Amino acid sequence: MTSLTGTGVLLRFSLRRDRVLIPAWVAVNALMILSMPNTLKGLYGTESERTDLLHQVATNASFRALIGPVFDDSLGALTAWRVGVYAGALAAVTSLLVVVRHTRDEEESGRQELIASGAVGRRASLTAALLAAGVANAVLALLVVAGLAGQGAAGALAFGLGLAGVGMLFATMAAIVAQLTESARLARGLAAAVLGAAFVLRAAGDSASDDGSSALTWLSPLGWLENLRPFADERWWVLLLFAAAVGVQALVAYELAGRRDVGMSFLPTRPGPAAGRLGTAGALAWRLQRGAVLGWSVGFFLAGVVYGGLTDGVADLVGDNENAREIFERMGGQSGLTNAFLASMTGMLGLIAALYVVASVLRLHGEETSARAEPLLAAPVGRLRWAAGHLTVAFAGSALIMLLAGLGFAVGYGREVGPILGACLVQLPAIWVIGGLTVLLYGLAPRLAPAAWGVAVAVLLIGWVGPALDAPRFVLDLSPFGHLPKLPGGGMEWGPVLVLLALAVVLAGAGLAGLRRRDLTT
Amino acid sequence: MTKAITVAGLHKSFGRTHALDGLDLDVEAGEVHGFLGPNGSGKSTTIRVLLGLLRADSGAAQVLGRDPWRDAVEVHRRIAYVPGDVTLWRNLSGGEVIDLYGRLRGGLDTGRRAELIDRFELDPTKKGRTYSKGNRQKVALVAAFASDVDLLILDEPTSGLDPLMEEVFQRCVEEERDRGRTVLLSSHILSEVEELCDRVSIIRKGRTVESGSLADLRHLTRTSVTAELAGAPNGLSRLPGVHDLDVQGKRVRLQVDTDQLDGVLRQLSESGVRSLTSTPPTLEELFLRHYQEDGAA
Repeated sequence: MTSLTGTGVLLRFSLRRDRVLIPAWVAVNALMILSMPNTLKGLYGTESERTDLLHQVATNASFRALIGPVFDDSLGALTAWRVGVYAGALAAVTSLLVVVRHTRDEEESGRQELIASGAVGRRASLTAALLAAGVANAVLALLVVAGLAGQGAAGALAFGLGLAGVGMLFATMAAIVAQLTESARLARGLAAAVLGAAFVLRAAGDSASDDGSSALTWLSPLGWLENLRPFADERWWVLLLFAAAVGVQALVAYELAGRRDVGMSFLPTRPGPAAGRLGTAGALAWRLQRGAVLGWSVGFFLAGVVYGGLTDGVADLVGDNENAREIFERMGGQSGLTNAFLASMTGMLGLIAALYVVASVLRLHGEETSARAEPLLAAPVGRLRWAAGHLTVAFAGSALIMLLAGLGFAVGYGREVGPILGACLVQLPAIWVIGGLTVLLYGLAPRLAPAAWGVAVAVLLIGWVGPALDAPRFVLDLSPFGHLPKLPGGGMEWGPVLVLLALAVVLAGAGLAGLRRRDLTT
Repeated sequence: MTKAITVAGLHKSFGRTHALDGLDLDVEAGEVHGFLGPNGSGKSTTIRVLLGLLRADSGAAQVLGRDPWRDAVEVHRRIAYVPGDVTLWRNLSGGEVIDLYGRLRGGLDTGRRAELIDRFELDPTKKGRTYSKGNRQKVALVAAFASDVDLLILDEPTSGLDPLMEEVFQRCVEEERDRGRTVLLSSHILSEVEELCDRVSIIRKGRTVESGSLADLRHLTRTSVTAELAGAPNGLSRLPGVHDLDVQGKRVRLQVDTDQLDGVLRQLSESGVRSLTSTPPTLEELFLRHYQEDGAA
């Protein structure tokens, strides 16, 4: 098999390059899965509480759409139900990122040319990429099987294999998409769109049927995972579906790869305009970021519609469960379960918007390290004006997406439009503090700028996991989101909001002052 | 003559590396000035200081009569810069990038833009990620040459161009000079510098080691002489300024400090000269001399 010569070397090389990426994604996924039995035990400790839950899920279409149907009241089955779709999606994202990174990314950057000129077989690169994804999924499956074996060995095995199956299905799908486009970014976007479609199909199918038997559910690999029914009289033959799909997609990917030249693609890049209208640094910043802003806007609006639609059902589901009510109230608000749910959902969107603001501010860092900023700053563009373009997109953009989330709630829930909009917008001071901190890191210590991601993830964990774990007050206080008034329901407190706003301004200002004084790093 | 660029005693360190160690540079207005030096000698660091992208630790730098750090934006209105390694935005076309830079610099000569795109054979509709290295450089070159500026700073601008495009580039630089613009050309291609530059500065380890017109520099260095004589030569080795003397029968090859050439010729003609070739030092030899001293030091 000379077409595979060098696969081993390339695989080791890929795994070395991914020594942070793969373990991080797999660890987050495994943690989410393996901590779930305990969380559920706290929420639904008794048999009767679990039976209630089962009944409520069976009768509530919006919850089935969001999470899927539940097939048994054992802790194992509830775990697979609660995390299944999301763990599967996370495994899919990990896999498609790994595969695109080691195939189309390499070709687009020109590195593949150098590798392909070595003693490397024609199929070695694609094989190594798929094997790297295989390693990630195998480790995840092993962790899940070992970690959930206490809930039932057969169920753990089925769930682990099912997750790995979803992962490899999207790995091979990404391998096909990577043959089609010339741009890695577009390949990732297309693969993620397929994943989104899989989610929507399953959600539509599950809202129509309470046992996963809808044809729409069967069209989605995420639906296959739930229909494997781990911990609930497993249907092992569903694994054959995964195996067959992975095999067919891999064959198609190899076939396509064999029919094209290195660096070329089946969907050619369209030429751009011969003349441009961009004339200012601000217009350029908007042009570079508008795609991301559009994506986040759509996502936040849809999230608002979905959560808004769920709001009425929440009282039915959680109403009878004292523990769940308590957690919602700790996460969100004091008065009334509906308000508590709305407050915790808008708070969660606020936390996610912190990721947007970090990504958007760090565009400055990306432009600088890629040396694209250098000739721009050698033109009559001051550093502050250059930074202002991207920061406007970052800060105004976060306001835009929170506003759209609020409008989404208005569409999905239809009442209390004003208070809910307020609840969305009150997140902004905390989001902007994270943005300001990112500007500070970038301006004063550009090498440390990516650490802003660490800050955002820490804030996310404090916000999501902190209340559920009953974390001490001072930990919750570390996050700017911990100081926001709990809206809707709670009273508006201007004090902390104004302090956070001032803090954001000071942080960003100090960062910009640093940027003005320091050397450009290239 | 006014100076376009004056630099005196420039120092810049990155951690423990002394990138610039008292560098001097003078560029007259209206000249094409060659800026030479081996890799890592501090050319790009100097240029980044001149562009206000780096702040010098000490020393003075003026570009078009202003402080490049403090008055960066004002200075940049009158200069165009082409980096050695051009990176473009992946999803912007070459034409969009050219127009962006043109507008940022206060307008573009559209006729000149079209002419340059034609001469450089550039396809302006391709997206940034699909250009080769040479084509990315062409994008930056067209943007620079089509701008109405007083000073062009070009940092190894032709490293990815083929010989035909290199020729086009040289014509463009000459046209810029004819319009009275100043060009600072950092380059590794010595024939290009020899062809284009009025004066050159050679730097080594962050310091200027030679500066002046090519004729001046040649005068300071050695001429190679090869002669066929009627009889055996004598006394040559005792003459001042003679180096690398190689006598094979009646054939003589030697290097002589250019200001001592006269004495050598007189000595040779005493033995009767049958044929004589004398070549002034090429820039390459000038350059190599500094490299080799560098290596020996």
